[in-house]
Amino acid sequence: MIPLAWFLIFSAALFSIGLFGVLARKNAVAILMGVELMLNSVNVNLVAFWRYLNPEWIAGQAFAVIVFAVAAAEVAVGLALIISVYRRRNTIVADDIDMLKF
Amino acid sequence: MTTETIIWFIPLPPLLAFFIIVLLTNRYKALSHTIAIGAAFLSWLASMVVFVRAIQVEHLGEHPFISSINWLPTGEKWFSIGIQIDPLSAATLFFVAWTILMIFLYSVGYHNFGQPVGDHDVKGLPPFGATVENPDGHKHLVPSIEPMYSRFFAFIGLFAFGMYLLVISDNLLTLFVGWEIMGLCSYLLIGFWYGKPSARAAMIKAFITTRVGDVIMFLGIAYLYSATGTLNYRQILYNKEALHQLANTESGFLGLSAASLIGLLLFIGAIGKSAQWPLHVWLPDAMEGPTPVSAMIHAATMVSAGVYMAIRVFPLLSAGAENGGLTSPMMTMAFIGSFTALFAATIALAQNDIKRVLAYSTISQLGYMIAALGIGAYVAATFHLITHAFFKALLFLGSGSVIHGMEQGVLHTGEHVNPQDMFNMGGLRKKMPVTFWTFLIGGFALSGFPLVTAGFWSKDEILADAFGNNHLAVFFTLALAAMLTAFYTMRQITLTFLGKPRTRAAQHAQETPWTMTVPLVVLAVFAVVAGWSGIPEHFPLIGGLVPNWFHEFVSGTLLEEIGVVPFSIMPLLTSLFVALGGLLIGWLVYRGIETKTDPVEAALGPVHKILKNKYYFDELYDWLFVRPAFWISETFTYLWVDRVVIDGFLHFIAGIAFSLGGLFRNYIDKPVVNGFGDLVGNTAKRLGQLLRPIQTGRVQQYMISALVFVAAVSVLFYYLFIAVQ
Repeated sequence: MIPLAWFLIFSAALFSIGLFGVLARKNAVAILMGVELMLNSVNVNLVAFWRYLNPEWIAGQAFAVIVFAVAAAEVAVGLALIISVYRRRNTIVADDIDMLKF
Repeated sequence: MTTETIIWFIPLPPLLAFFIIVLLTNRYKALSHTIAIGAAFLSWLASMVVFVRAIQVEHLGEHPFISSINWLPTGEKWFSIGIQIDPLSAATLFFVAWTILMIFLYSVGYHNFGQPVGDHDVKGLPPFGATVENPDGHKHLVPSIEPMYSRFFAFIGLFAFGMYLLVISDNLLTLFVGWEIMGLCSYLLIGFWYGKPSARAAMIKAFITTRVGDVIMFLGIAYLYSATGTLNYRQILYNKEALHQLANTESGFLGLSAASLIGLLLFIGAIGKSAQWPLHVWLPDAMEGPTPVSAMIHAATMVSAGVYMAIRVFPLLSAGAENGGLTSPMMTMAFIGSFTALFAATIALAQNDIKRVLAYSTISQLGYMIAALGIGAYVAATFHLITHAFFKALLFLGSGSVIHGMEQGVLHTGEHVNPQDMFNMGGLRKKMPVTFWTFLIGGFALSGFPLVTAGFWSKDEILADAFGNNHLAVFFTLALAAMLTAFYTMRQITLTFLGKPRTRAAQHAQETPWTMTVPLVVLAVFAVVAGWSGIPEHFPLIGGLVPNWFHEFVSGTLLEEIGVVPFSIMPLLTSLFVALGGLLIGWLVYRGIETKTDPVEAALGPVHKILKNKYYFDELYDWLFVRPAFWISETFTYLWVDRVVIDGFLHFIAGIAFSLGGLFRNYIDKPVVNGFGDLVGNTAKRLGQLLRPIQTGRVQQYMISALVFVAAVSVLFYYLFIAVQ
C-alpha cells in the first residue's frame, strides 16, 4: 500500500487549488467549481483515513456519500442563484455583484 | 326661670335676628321686619321682667344679679365673663329696651313699608319715589320703599345686640366688645346710603374718630388688668382695698396715681364715643344716616354708652379723693363736660338743618352728664342719662317724622328744596299734629320746662349739685348752656311748626303713619313721666309727696351712700329763669318769620359765621391730621418706601438671580453637559464612518479576510494553548 501521507498531501493540494480558485477567479461559476474541488478534496481525505485507520466502520463511507449529496444540492442552488443574479444584472463577475456593500 | 338665666338671654334675640335676616330672609321685607321687631320685643319683655324683679330686691347694689363663666384660661386662674344687673344697669336696661323697641317699630314706617317700589331706586341711595296713577289718570310721585329694607333691620339688630351686651356685662372686656360692635354698626348705618359721597366720608370720619378714643380706652383697660389682674366690676369697683391700692400706686406718668391714670384713659374713650370736645366732630356728620339711626345710635344708646361706662367706673375715677375734693380725672371731666355743653350749644343756634341742631344738642347734653359726673353728682348724671335718652330719641324720631312729611310734600309738588332745612318748613303744626305735640313735649323736656317734663327734674338736680358743692364755674357754664338750649329749641319748634309754611312742599306735608307716630307718643309719655321718679325730697310744695325712689335705687350701686344735696332756692330759680327765659326769647325772635333769613345772623354778624362753620374745627383737623396722614400714605409709604426701597431691593435680588442663571447656562450647561453628549454622539458617528469602507459587498474579499483571520487565530491558539505545555 502506498503511505497514507501521499493521500493527505494530494488532498491538501487539491484543497489549496480549490481555495485559490474560489478566491481568485472572476467568473461566479468558476468559483463554484473551486468550491466543488474543495469538497471533493475533503472526500479524498475522509476516505483515505477510513481505509487506512478503521476500515471495518461504515462511518467513513457514509460521511463521503452525504458530502457528495450535499455538494450536489449546494451546486444546484448556487447555480440557480447565479442564473437569477445574471438575469437581473446581466453579469457573472463576482466582483461586480456588490449590492450588499455599505 | 331664674333671673340670671333670663339676663343671659336678653342680647340673644337681636343677634339671631341679624343672622337670620342676613343669611336667609334678605329678600322678604315683611318677614325681615317681623323677625327684627319680634326679637326686639322679646328682649324688651325679658328686660322688663328683669327690671321688675330687680326693683323688688332690697339693697340690689350689695347683692346684684350676677352669673359668670370661666372663659379664658390665663395660667393659674381663669378670666371669667358674665352678667351683672345692679341698680345702674337695671335702670339703663329699662330705657335701652324701650327706646330700641320704639325705634325698631318706627323704622318700618320711616323706610316706607307698604309703599310701591320706586321708579329708578338704586341700592345704596335713598329712595327717589314712585309714580302712582290715580283712577282719574292724575300722576304723582309718592315716597317709595327703601330698596335695602331688610339690611337696615339686620344692622340695627346687630346694634341692639351690642348695646344689650354692653349693659348686662359684668366686666370691662365684654363691655368693650359691645362698645366696638356698636361702633361697627354705627359705621355701617351712617353709611347705609353708601352711594352718597357725603355718607361715605361721614362713616369713615365717625369710625376713625371714635377709634382714637377706643384705642386709648383699651390702654386703660390693659393697664387696669395688669395692675389688678381682673376686669370684673365687683372685684375692682365694689372693692375698697383694690380701689385704695390703685389710688395709692404711682403710675409714673404726670404724677398721677394708677387709679387716676386708668380713669383718665377710660374717660378718653368716653370722649370719643360720646362725642365730647375735642372728638366731637363725627356726630354732626353722622346725621347722614337714616333718622332711626340718628335716634338710636347717636342719641339714645351708643353715645349714652360712653356716659354709662364713665358712670360705671366712677368709683375708680373718684378713688383717692380727699373728702369733698375732686380727683384729676373728675376735674378733667368737669371741665370738658361743661366746656362741651356750652360749645355745642353755641354752634347749635347757627344751624339750619333740623337734625344738625339736635346733633349738637346731644353733644351738649352729654356734656351735662359728664360734667355732673365730674363734680361727683352720680345720681344726677344717671338721671339725666335716662331722661335724655327718652326725650332725645323722641326729638330725633319727631324730626324724622317732619322730614318724612316734608319729603312727601317735595315729591308731591316737585319742588327741589332741602326737606331738612328748617327755613323751608313752617306751619307744620296744622299738617302734622301728633308730631307737633310730641315734638313740643320733647323740646320742652330738653329745655327743662318746669315740673311737667322729665328734663327739668334731671337738669335741675345737676345744677343743684353744682351749686350746692360750690362748683360755681361749672354752675354758670351749665346755666348759660341751658339758656342757649332753650333758645335754640324754641327756635327749632317755631321755625318748623309755628307760623305759616314757607315753601309749597311744607304746605303739602302730611302726617306720618301709625308705625311712626305711636313710638312718638310712647316716648312722649316717658318724657313727661320719667322725671317724677326722682323728685327731690325738699322741693317746695310737692317735695315729700312722692319719695325720691330714683335716688335711693341708683345710689345703692356705690359702696358708700351718696348724700342728697341740701335744698337751695338759687339753682331752682336759675333753672326756671334760663328755661322759661330762653324759650320765651326764642319764640319772640323767630315767630312770624316768612323769609328764609335768620335774624340772629344779622345780629351776631361775623360771630354767626364762625358758629355756622362749627368754629372751623373740621378744617383744623383736616389740616392737622388728615392731610399729613394722606401724605404719609400716598407719598412717603407708597412712592418712597414701597416702590423705591422695597421694590428696588427685590429688583436687585432678581437681577442677581438672572445673572447667575446666565452664568450657569453659558459656562456650565452648554459647554460641559451639552458638550459631553455631543462628544459621545460624534465619536460614534466618526467611528462608523471609519469602519464603513470595510463592507464592499464583494464576496471574494470577505473570504480572503476570513482566511487571513483563521490563520492568525489558529497560530495564536497554537501558541497560547498548545505550545505552552
